[in-house]
Amino acid sequence: MNTRTSPLKQVLLYAALVLFAVFFIYPFFIQIATSFKTDPDAAAHPLSLIPNPFDAHAWKDIFGQGAAHVPAPTWIKNSVLVAVVVTCGRVFLDSLAGYALSRVKFRGRGFIFGALLAVMSVPGVALLIPKFLMVNYLGIYDTYTAMILPLIVDAAGVFIMKQFFDSVPISIEEAARMDGASIFRTFWSVVLPMARPALITLTILSFQGSWNEFSHFLVVTKGTPDHQTLVTGLASLTSGQLGAGTQYPLKLAAALLTTIPVAILFFSLQRYFVSGANEGGVKG
Amino acid sequence: MSSNADGDSMPRAATAAVTATQTRPPRRGGGGLRGREGIAGWLFVSPMIVILGLFLVIPIVMALWVSLTDWNGSVNPFHTGPGAEFVGAKNYTDLFAKDGLTRANFMQSIGNTFWYVLFVVPIQTALALSLALLVNNRLLKAKSFFRTAFYFPSVTSSIAISTVFLFLFSSTGAVNALLKALGLGQPNWFIDDRGLIRLLFNAIGVDNPGWGQHDILGRSLWDWVSGPSVALTVIIILVVWTTSGTFMLMFIAALQDLPVEVDEAAALDGATGWKKLRHVTIPMIKPALFLVLTLGLIGTWQVFDQIYVMGAGAPNGTTLTPAFLSYQQSFKNFKYGSGAAMAFVVFVIILVLTFLQRRALTDKDERRPLFGRRKQVGR
Repeated sequence: MNTRTSPLKQVLLYAALVLFAVFFIYPFFIQIATSFKTDPDAAAHPLSLIPNPFDAHAWKDIFGQGAAHVPAPTWIKNSVLVAVVVTCGRVFLDSLAGYALSRVKFRGRGFIFGALLAVMSVPGVALLIPKFLMVNYLGIYDTYTAMILPLIVDAAGVFIMKQFFDSVPISIEEAARMDGASIFRTFWSVVLPMARPALITLTILSFQGSWNEFSHFLVVTKGTPDHQTLVTGLASLTSGQLGAGTQYPLKLAAALLTTIPVAILFFSLQRYFVSGANEGGVKG
Repeated sequence: MSSNADGDSMPRAATAAVTATQTRPPRRGGGGLRGREGIAGWLFVSPMIVILGLFLVIPIVMALWVSLTDWNGSVNPFHTGPGAEFVGAKNYTDLFAKDGLTRANFMQSIGNTFWYVLFVVPIQTALALSLALLVNNRLLKAKSFFRTAFYFPSVTSSIAISTVFLFLFSSTGAVNALLKALGLGQPNWFIDDRGLIRLLFNAIGVDNPGWGQHDILGRSLWDWVSGPSVALTVIIILVVWTTSGTFMLMFIAALQDLPVEVDEAAALDGATGWKKLRHVTIPMIKPALFLVLTLGLIGTWQVFDQIYVMGAGAPNGTTLTPAFLSYQQSFKNFKYGSGAAMAFVVFVIILVLTFLQRRALTDKDERRPLFGRRKQVGR
């Protein structure tokens, strides 16, 4: 241990860290405080963390008791529905494919894996028009199917699971297979329970990804409330399509509502987020 | 880091279980196994193939076709006829060779992105590395608190964060209140279309000089070198703020992989502070640095959500990006062919960047599996 560091250096270190922490966290505190402010108070005291007077009109608007009409309950319902279905689908289908690519010997496996790597390098923003074309062609524009189905398998998730299975010794499954279990049975009751850490990481990434998803929903739905999620709804609110003017307390409350589920997930399962972030290193 | 601890505990647990069960000698299954495995393998990957094929591979081919037509969105794009005529490479040549609104907008969006990349990538990399070095200090208590604080913006919705920044940088927002308290000027952030470099020139008394009148791809040189507008600067700040946390984690992982001996050797040689950082630490984490730089390059070309919420091109087209312009051209102006052509140009740019990154990474054998046992050699 290096004990020669001077107290001055220590103080400087902490000062720098605290300064950065304020820089990264203060905007969220302002957001929370402003969501409880009146519109004039928000404009007059934008830096203050204490609403004066305290006012919950933004939250009342959101939950349908206020003057402004914000269909937030519908948005929440859609967000939850889409995120839950996509997450379940991805966890199951990604690990199924990842397992096959790692373990099951079949003709064409190398080719499929190569194709997967190629697909992973396709940038999402270049896919907006292509996705719209296919959704239109299939006649599923502006439906839940169009929102969910294209997201239900993701190449990066398959890649993560393949990498994970590659790192697990094969012998335990061979034992199960020799006892006469089918490949699917082995996968389901022997392999998946072992894969818990990877599955949790994948669950978090999938939930976070589909909850925060924006551009996909933007191009496959009309943008009417019945298929809006919290994120697309918030975007229409913020870009002024609902005639919301500058009502910052309302917009910030809606933004806060959008942030809360991922924040809870983040603070309770942080270490899995960290492994998810480092996955970016292999994702390319 | 915790991620690695999770990954490592797994194989060990599995090995323990295996030694307990594997008492019989291993024996190959019956002759039919290979065939059954083949069917199972294809069955397992079939959902992936169907979904990725249907919503990724085939659509790209469809869009490639549409980019060769003048489809307006109202008829079937795959039946050539009025509303979907085949126009050959026209949509592409309009972007580069033909003087007109399309090229003007597209070139402006490319110019904006050049400046955006030039500002975002170095700043976010430097900030992420600084944060990682601070957090990785061995004497630091409350390490995880600071790491959490810096990383949290990265996991939240880009739309929600953009909403917060719209408020912070509004004319009566927190940033202007702070600037006022410090006695500084308060810009009209989202309305100001003047470029930062242009403002610098103005400060030394130069405005729209003769040398700036050269025409390059339909824009004057002066327009090209104007720099990011004040409005785009807000988006630059926002993106740096949200991505630094993720890249910080990558740097922390690399720093924790450094052997302790390196530190000690450096200390023995009397290398401290800046000198040690320059000559010891940074050369040792070069792969991570390269990764962060290239991921940054790839990511910056894709900016879309923030643009959609924070300006949609305004003021004066200075927040246009090719990705957003492609969306606007298709879904707002109903020129899907032109929009698709723009998307393919972005696609090619990002693909080239990705290819360069992958080649450099595999050459150096620096790819490591996420959950695998960490390679000890050469790190």
